[in-house]
Amino acid sequence: MPIDFLPVFLMVAVVVALSVFILTLSRLIRPDNPYPEKNRPYECGVDHVGEASGGLFKVQYFVIAILFVVFDVETMFLFPWAVVLSDLGLFGYIEMFVFIALLLVGFAYAWIKGALEWVS
Amino acid sequence: MGVLTNRFQDSVLFTTSDNIINWSRKSSLWPQTFGIACCAIEMISAGCARYDLDRFGVVFRPSPRQSDVMIVAGTVTRKMAPIVRRLYDQMAEPRYVIAMGTCAISGGVYNTYAVVQGVDCIIPVDIHVAGCPPRPEALLHGFLQLQEKITGTRVLRAEPDTLPSPEGA
Amino acid sequence: MAEAVPLAGVLGRFGSKVTLDESAADMPCLWVPPEALTELCLFLRDSADLQFNFLSDICGVDFHPEEPRFLLVYHLASIPNHWRLRLKCRLGDPPVAPTVTPVWTTANWHERETYDMYGIHFDGHPDLRRIYMWDGFDGFPMRRDFPLRGYKDEMNPLGATRRDDGGRA
Repeated sequence: MPIDFLPVFLMVAVVVALSVFILTLSRLIRPDNPYPEKNRPYECGVDHVGEASGGLFKVQYFVIAILFVVFDVETMFLFPWAVVLSDLGLFGYIEMFVFIALLLVGFAYAWIKGALEWVS
Repeated sequence: MGVLTNRFQDSVLFTTSDNIINWSRKSSLWPQTFGIACCAIEMISAGCARYDLDRFGVVFRPSPRQSDVMIVAGTVTRKMAPIVRRLYDQMAEPRYVIAMGTCAISGGVYNTYAVVQGVDCIIPVDIHVAGCPPRPEALLHGFLQLQEKITGTRVLRAEPDTLPSPEGA
Repeated sequence: MAEAVPLAGVLGRFGSKVTLDESAADMPCLWVPPEALTELCLFLRDSADLQFNFLSDICGVDFHPEEPRFLLVYHLASIPNHWRLRLKCRLGDPPVAPTVTPVWTTANWHERETYDMYGIHFDGHPDLRRIYMWDGFDGFPMRRDFPLRGYKDEMNPLGATRRDDGGRA
């Protein structure tokens, strides 16, 4: 049965190899010459006005979104576990709490490091 | 510059690689649509059906970030000069400049207080296309000259005298 | 135009301050001193038989080295009556005139242009700054002592060298 997927794996391997080859070759050949005026954001040659004028977006939105995805997946695992909990018994009960505790360690790390601060 | 640029001696491998790289760069020169004054009209008609520029791989792009060549078409006033400079700075290398029309080459008829006397006071120019305005065929000829200029460029190969010579030579 | 502009009322009301210009050829012209300017413009706009509701142009003239040095010229038009009128106002050096922006709003930019080109300062103007030249520009280009080619700098290699005796405005 898994051998039927061999063409798929081959295709994935070829795609990955080709992309890596092209990107590596470009990286080796292309000129790399950054300087401050070149890195400024583009606004038709003039200075920025308007909402993006600081050039900075609140990165907290991104951090909160990533944390949400992680804990949402955890919640998704809780649902089927809750349905079959009576078949799993005490062992399954303790095991899920171990799982939640591992994710709580990550949550505590994010909290202590200030990732949840809205005003940076 | 890149890790591999200007590093190798002239040999059949690297001259061929350079030919391929230069061919790919010159066959898809994407200009910024930077028409300032009357020469822009001739640039537009060079891009339209009769004097088609698209057959040379020239596709006009709206942003300097996506373009290879900047056609300065028209009079550059001193108020516009910092904008021209900043747009040139925002182009990615390898980048080229075509000064189209006499106003961009030398200020043209306007030898006055408000006109930059030639856009090469601000940015380095590769090709000058003379005319007031130059005919679309002249702009096409300018592109072909730019392609010739790119053809001889050394990308992977180094300048002949800069590499350390092998012992005994 | 076929009918003459009835200026008798204007001349009668303003007496000796406003006089008719005998040398006017294409449209009637009045000489106005700067202190009577705002009142005269309000009268010309609001008077029922004149109705000069359109300010066509404000410009200046530099008669250097003649004194008084500057001349400020207003071109007015009466749209209901199809008339045109010119006002001339002689100013000394440094030139100062009252603004007519409260009378015709379009005077805002015309006066900015006159300030930018001649250096004529308008009292009471809401936003008197340069309109053609950039904000840091030194000098008033249309004055007779400003060199046509501008002053020499890196964008203008053919310009005149600056003199310390106040060759610029």
